[in-house]
Amino acid sequence: MRAKYVLSEVMVGLWRNVTMTIAMIITMAVSLTMLGASLVMYHQVGEMKKTFLSNVQVSIFLDTTVTDDQTQALDSKIKSDSRISSDQFLNKDASWKQFQQQMQNDPALLQSITPDQVPQSFRLKLKNPDQVDQIAATYKGLPGVDEVIDQASVLNRVFKVLGALQGLALTLAIAQGLAALLLVANTIQVAAYSKRREVAVMKLVGASNWFIQSPFVLEAMFAGVIGALIAFGGLVAAKFFLIDGSLSALSALLGEVKWSTIDIMLPLLVLAGALVSGLTGWITLRFYIKK
Amino acid sequence: MIQLENVTKTYPKAARPSLDGVSVSIDKGDFVFFIGPSGSGKSTIVKLLLHEVAPTKGRVVVNDKDVSTLRSWRIPHFRRSIGCVFQDFRLLPTRTAYENVAFALEVIGKSQAVARRVVPEVLELVGLGGKEHRYPHELSGGEQQRVAVARAFVNRPLILLADEPTGNLDPDTSIEIMRLLDRINRTGTTVVMVTHDSNIVNQMRRRVVEIEGGKIVRDQPRGVYG
Repeated sequence: MRAKYVLSEVMVGLWRNVTMTIAMIITMAVSLTMLGASLVMYHQVGEMKKTFLSNVQVSIFLDTTVTDDQTQALDSKIKSDSRISSDQFLNKDASWKQFQQQMQNDPALLQSITPDQVPQSFRLKLKNPDQVDQIAATYKGLPGVDEVIDQASVLNRVFKVLGALQGLALTLAIAQGLAALLLVANTIQVAAYSKRREVAVMKLVGASNWFIQSPFVLEAMFAGVIGALIAFGGLVAAKFFLIDGSLSALSALLGEVKWSTIDIMLPLLVLAGALVSGLTGWITLRFYIKK
Repeated sequence: MIQLENVTKTYPKAARPSLDGVSVSIDKGDFVFFIGPSGSGKSTIVKLLLHEVAPTKGRVVVNDKDVSTLRSWRIPHFRRSIGCVFQDFRLLPTRTAYENVAFALEVIGKSQAVARRVVPEVLELVGLGGKEHRYPHELSGGEQQRVAVARAFVNRPLILLADEPTGNLDPDTSIEIMRLLDRINRTGTTVVMVTHDSNIVNQMRRRVVEIEGGKIVRDQPRGVYG
């Protein structure tokens, strides 16, 4: 009977403020979509970092005037360096071939360079990508070394941009979430006001606080959950039409967004929506009903 | 049943206390009038007994429980032992007489089966048999107050608090309500009534506690309005 009473109160409450309910659901949906998108992006950037950094190469370019002794010394130093998982030496021929390949679209440049001018190089792979800076420091300035270039520093710049985008999405999600919170708080206050007579009588005859508050809290949670479901629908649509559709070229660069990543958002968003709106409703009522 | 021990209540920002060192003891089954002019502190007593406000100093004991030490989550349960009637009835306009009374039972977790058994009984007791399905606006003031009394009494509280219950009623209707409260008192329920209706007090000849400026100036068994 209690459950029936509470549920019917919830439905009546939602219907009575139907415009407010819709507004609450829409703001919830938008902010949760933002939240979901930024979470997916966060995950994606993390994955990307992992794949890119595990393949990261450090290139040690040698002076064109390097002697065989110096090359030998470097080679044995590299071979005995425990931080390096594998290395490859590109001698004059190999370097020239690679250079030709890379510059095949620029015959003018190719003409002006002779094989002698293309530096030989060591290409190193690291056991731990985080040690890139240490490796660079070790080999920079050694006799015969011209320049140490690591891809990580280039990649990190890319990641910084992605990180900024991520932060932006998260900030928007939080700002939107704040608006959703205020809207929930306001809606609950209106609902409590429209039932002030009932609330007063309930307090008078000794209904428990739980009993008085639960219909309102459930009302807020209902909006939160519906909003979360809509947000999830939005993410699925985005995956279909954007990531796999018109922006599929981009996803080749950023790595595939897996369905499992999207699916995991459903429980997360529902939980976030229900919890945040329920809690807001409850706190609002604590203040409102106390009076 | 009810003890106020040296109770002082000063509201925030108030220049002087609403109640100033009031001590009063009410036994089980008593019928007590609290009288006095507006602003004398009568209503503060009702609020203290319901624990709507806490005393600034002193102890309020209801049903052998020190109300001031009651944890806030215990208050709802505590209130179930007190029935309340007010000047403005406080009925729900969208519910019938039956539903208004049943509401009080439902929200404290009683089943509808209990309500179906108990509500007609109590409506009969207050003299509203046959009018169960009228809405408050279809009832006279006196009848509305009867519904309110039924709602306050349906849970068989140990104490019935009545705050100016006849304030909105004409003299004849007031007498009828008083007869009803008297009948409830005879079932062993302690009745505490706050009023400034001298007619009623003079007719009933029950214990009278007069308050003025926050202090008890008279406590008289079988008293009159002074």
